[in-house]
Amino acid sequence: MDDQTTTHVLTVAGVLGGVLLIAPGLIWLERRLLALWQDRYGPNRAGPLGLLVVLADTLKLFFKEDWIPPFADKRVFVIAPAIVVITALMSFVIIPLAPGFIVLDFNIGILFFLAMSSMGAYSIILGGWASNNKYSLLGAMRGAAQMISYEVFMGLSMMGVVLTVGSFNLQDIIKAQENMWFVVPQFLGFITFFIAGIAETHRLPFDIPEAESELIAGFHSEYSGMKFGLFFVGEYVGIMLISCMTTCLFFGGWLGPAFLPPVVWFLIKMFAFICFFILLRAGLPRPRYDQLMEFGWKILFPLTLLNVLATAAIILWMKDPLF
Amino acid sequence: MFSIIRSLWLTFLHMFHKRETIQYPEEKAKLPARWRGRIVLTRDPDMGERCVGCYLCAAACPVDCISLQATEDENGRRYPEFFRINFSRCIFCGYCEEACPTYAIQLIPDFEMGEYNRQNLVYEKKDLLINSQGKYPGYNYYKVAGLAIGGKGKGEAENEEPPVDVKSLMP
Repeated sequence: MDDQTTTHVLTVAGVLGGVLLIAPGLIWLERRLLALWQDRYGPNRAGPLGLLVVLADTLKLFFKEDWIPPFADKRVFVIAPAIVVITALMSFVIIPLAPGFIVLDFNIGILFFLAMSSMGAYSIILGGWASNNKYSLLGAMRGAAQMISYEVFMGLSMMGVVLTVGSFNLQDIIKAQENMWFVVPQFLGFITFFIAGIAETHRLPFDIPEAESELIAGFHSEYSGMKFGLFFVGEYVGIMLISCMTTCLFFGGWLGPAFLPPVVWFLIKMFAFICFFILLRAGLPRPRYDQLMEFGWKILFPLTLLNVLATAAIILWMKDPLF
Repeated sequence: MFSIIRSLWLTFLHMFHKRETIQYPEEKAKLPARWRGRIVLTRDPDMGERCVGCYLCAAACPVDCISLQATEDENGRRYPEFFRINFSRCIFCGYCEEACPTYAIQLIPDFEMGEYNRQNLVYEKKDLLINSQGKYPGYNYYKVAGLAIGGKGKGEAENEEPPVDVKSLMP
């Protein structure tokens, strides 16, 4: 094995291991932070600061009965939770954690990310469909509608950045932010992208497909054991992914003062966004389903279109000032 | 839109609030003095049992968790031969305490009665009886009752006048 292959394998292992280690840790982080914002303690008994609760949860999930309901479509039922994890993990391929620390330097990075996150919608639909349960199907339908409609302007909201840089490559995009983070010129894009990202990972307040109070648990109410665990891990990996993408696209990725290594800067920014995700969960109520769709199509969609239009116009004018 | 940002900000500020949780096993909650917890049988100031075995507590108990058998000692004083409370049934309603005419049965602020074996929750008289007068210090039923028992005849109780001789004409 030559040197290049070794570094490549190490990068893959590092990214995969890091993501899979952080994802369960987020369960702990979320519970502690939610508790902090609700004036509670959260898990604080098992191990230092309750950190071992992650281990306990994982072990519990492994030893639970992995039940497949007799009325379910078995093959699809098993595949569905795998899809969400696979697609979310695949998207990490294009995230540059530091200069050169990237699994695959795609020149169509953002498109790949969009493709993968669209594939993630399959896991919800298939999971809800295969469960053969009306509440699961309702959740799946809501989830599908939500993900597809928010997908539309998620892509559009990133186009402002892509237009300014002129590249789909995330490394190029980060390098272009050396003078100014894109959150300043593309503020509208950032807001819409982040909202779409919340909807994409179906996190609160946009957790319409799950909606404990209305649909029990939506598409995964029939799942138990590690299959349920996979949906969970998929959700947390999705949160990390959206946080990473926001960092890359709008907050300068690894860029930061030199006293810390680039990876650390990246992780700090990523965790800030993850914490914001959790703050959203702590602070906001869930909107009604039709309000969600209305908000998406009637407010955010025109806003993103306007953003793309304005950005394109300004770039054209800068290139070739007519007057 | 503004309200969303405001509520997020207010939630964020909760980071600096005091946490409400009481870390229970290390840190005990402060219980009010009238808290209805474990049931005890108290004694009178002379350290005699207050319970006279009248069965009113057993009759008042909505879950039938009290069982007892009354008996009499050589002085004619009634006391329970056995007194048994099944705490796995008890709902700590305090009706027995209300029903008790002699202030014998009382509920105290102690709720830490966890057991691994269910049978251990059946408390016998020796578990229930305490060497204290509980919430009513100085009260002695036989000192105020008109009943004649060994060592105390009719009319010798507190605030009691000697009985009227109905066969005499004298005032």
